[in-house]
Amino acid sequence: MSTETRDILQSAADWQAAGRKVALATVVSTWGSAPRPAGSQLAIAENGDFVGSVSGGCVEGAVVAEALEIMRSGTPKQLDFGVSNDEAWEVGLACGGKISVFVERLE
Amino acid sequence: MKRKLLDQLLADRAAQRTVVVATHLASGDQRLIHPGDNDPLAAEAALAIQSDKPRTVETADGDVFLNVFNPPLRMIIVGAVHIAQALAPMAAMTGYDVTIVDPRQAWATPERFPDIRIMDAWPDEALAELKPDHRTAIVTLTHDPKLDDPALQAALASDAFYIGSLGSRGTHAKRIQRLETAGFDESNHSRIHGPVGLNIGAKSPAEIAVSIMGQVTAALRGAAA
Repeated sequence: MSTETRDILQSAADWQAAGRKVALATVVSTWGSAPRPAGSQLAIAENGDFVGSVSGGCVEGAVVAEALEIMRSGTPKQLDFGVSNDEAWEVGLACGGKISVFVERLE
Repeated sequence: MKRKLLDQLLADRAAQRTVVVATHLASGDQRLIHPGDNDPLAAEAALAIQSDKPRTVETADGDVFLNVFNPPLRMIIVGAVHIAQALAPMAAMTGYDVTIVDPRQAWATPERFPDIRIMDAWPDEALAELKPDHRTAIVTLTHDPKLDDPALQAALASDAFYIGSLGSRGTHAKRIQRLETAGFDESNHSRIHGPVGLNIGAKSPAEIAVSIMGQVTAALRGAAA
């Protein structure tokens, strides 16, 4: 586990301890030249604060938006991003890869 | 993720225990798998741990994502010298758990190395205690044979994925001679990167640290360098 991953999980725990709603996003698979490998994580707080990354900055905005919804609903979701998927998602990966990101609420 | 599971994950991390988070992607159900646990996915988890790569496993109930949390990579730096002052924070930023080894207490001070673990033991004793493994890099920076040689001998007896030793070509050639006298042959001592670091024309201590960090990264990721 990298120092970065540790900080991300610790931030998630700290935010929740401070009474904030928190979601975690994890890259579960990649195809082609995806910017971050599987296992990369992003922690999101309900005010939109986030630490970590699931791409090089290409799709974090969309993941944060979905995460805020998942914080409310509590239903985890798997999001797919990629150049071949641009009808479903306005944000594509500029680098041409595809990634699948699992987003869940910290209960 | 349940808070209880996150707390256990953070506790495992603090204790430097390897753990896998198994997530059923359709439902979000999660559990932790530790090495040796009696779990239906224990074999797949072991593969993920060994390769340090997460994987998705197809099961009768649907896909399960196995995220690996191995203890951090480690770097052992022998010599609390100027280059070490640049290399230690760089390695920490890159994700390494860094230990500085130097029995000379005037060098190995917390003022010179804030937030870095320091051992003021002799290098062979320190390495015997630290037990370097295949996720450990060892860099000697003292260019004093009394300190570097015992460290290199201990390093060569380990599975460290990277061994580097500071010193000019001449210094390194003499070092190799001493190691051969001590019974190491080329198949052993060719593991030592010397002169240490990538050839990027580095001059300052920080630049030399960059060249070392680049070479360590290349060794870790299997790139030719």
